[in-house]
Amino acid sequence: MTTEAIDRVAYRQSRARRSTLIALLSTMVFAAVLLFAVTSSPGWPRVRDSFFDLRIGWDSLPALLEGLWLNIRVLVVCQVLILIFGLCLAAVRTLRGPVWFPLRALATGYVDLFRGLPLLICLYLVGFGLPGLRLSGLPTSPVLLGGLALVLIYSAYVAEVLRAGIESVHPSQLAAAKSLGLNYRRTMRLVVLPQATRRVTPALLNDFVALQKDCGLISVLGAVDAVRAAQIQAATTYNFTPYVMAGLLFVALAVPSARLADWASKRVGIRQGAL
Amino acid sequence: MTATAPVLSVRKLVKAYYGRSVLDGVDLDVGEHEVVVLIGASGSGKSTLLRCVDLLEDIDDGQILLDGRDISDPRIDADAARRAMGMVFQSFNLFPHMTALANVALAPRVVHGSTRHDAQERGHELLARVGLSDKADAYPDKLSGGQQQRVAIARALAYEPRLLLLDEITSALDPELVGEVLTLVGELAASGRTIVMATHEMAFARDVAATVCFLDGGRIVESGSAKQVLTDPQHDRTRQFLRRFTGR
Repeated sequence: MTTEAIDRVAYRQSRARRSTLIALLSTMVFAAVLLFAVTSSPGWPRVRDSFFDLRIGWDSLPALLEGLWLNIRVLVVCQVLILIFGLCLAAVRTLRGPVWFPLRALATGYVDLFRGLPLLICLYLVGFGLPGLRLSGLPTSPVLLGGLALVLIYSAYVAEVLRAGIESVHPSQLAAAKSLGLNYRRTMRLVVLPQATRRVTPALLNDFVALQKDCGLISVLGAVDAVRAAQIQAATTYNFTPYVMAGLLFVALAVPSARLADWASKRVGIRQGAL
Repeated sequence: MTATAPVLSVRKLVKAYYGRSVLDGVDLDVGEHEVVVLIGASGSGKSTLLRCVDLLEDIDDGQILLDGRDISDPRIDADAARRAMGMVFQSFNLFPHMTALANVALAPRVVHGSTRHDAQERGHELLARVGLSDKADAYPDKLSGGQQQRVAIARALAYEPRLLLLDEITSALDPELVGEVLTLVGELAASGRTIVMATHEMAFARDVAATVCFLDGGRIVESGSAKQVLTDPQHDRTRQFLRRFTGR
């Protein structure tokens, strides 16, 4: 290596060290200011006692975790059902031919309705309205009904994401598949859907991160999930710390999914950049 | 023309997009083992003609006969008719989520009902034919433009089509990659393939084509042997067009 090259490397390393140092320093100053601003506020001692009581938080943890386990089970089952139902909706919406008009119109109406309906209202209507019909064989468990409402709403979102993916596949790919003699069904299955799902994976994972926390809303129907458990704990201890704990648990649950979504979109980006 | 019945006959083909006429009464006969080259400015209808023949576009009037059978009849199974033809596109249109081998083996496996093993064997055979045996497991984005186009040609040949349609297949390639693709097409022509090809490569047309057709404004203005059309054009517009390539 020439002396110029060594010099260049040394200079760049010194700049990098400098950047790291500045970042560290500014983070520390920022954190100190924030901490000071919060703890020096007049109401801080009371807020600390009622929201950040470590002992109460620790004691409520078993009940919260038991509730969270219900959330996770609901989440996993709903995710699978949403993917299947959403894919069916998206496929129906892209069907061509006059025979399929009623199905297509139905799917379009469904997506319009459930994308516009607030989740909370859907939960109330399904959770209290369906059992109110007193039909035999209909589930009355708040967990099942809450899960049903989540599936109804989220399928509409996921269907739209998948449809966008399907329509983003370039017409030249369809022409190539057609020219090989593939019929419409095979073209969809072998050429369009594999490319579409790859492209929309980041958006889908993002929707599922949103679903993770919305799973907590089934508590409004009376299901004892993490949110409901926190409510019970808060009511018995006259303290809000269980809510904070439950919130932290949901965040901890979401972080891996969020990183997974980041990783997936980066991978798609690299692949598309290389194309 | 050849003595036997033509493989492809296009009769008074008319095609318009939103009221704008693109093909305005095209007649074309392609005999067995014949290579027909379509030349003409961008927008003259070369690509549209090829896409209509491959039934990728609905035609407005006229007939397309493949081995004497009217494939432009909307009542026939278009998917079945397309299987008798192979098409190669300007921008390759390989399936990006499949390896080179999977691209080539797709049609034999799912359309022509070969077993997975036979289809793969056929795929390897074809990739060897286009000189890409070592790229079987490569995805399209890892191949050069010329290699991608050779895979696309192999894909179009996968089930021995009666007719090969080549739509400006070297237009999207870097100049130094054009040669490898044209050499391959020349070999296919020499082996007796029936080919219709739209191209701007005049030297190639002169060397390989039996017939050259000059399209202008959606009509075949002039057609004849390559030598006659390219060196002694009869029509004014043909002369104007060729002047841009030869500098005369």
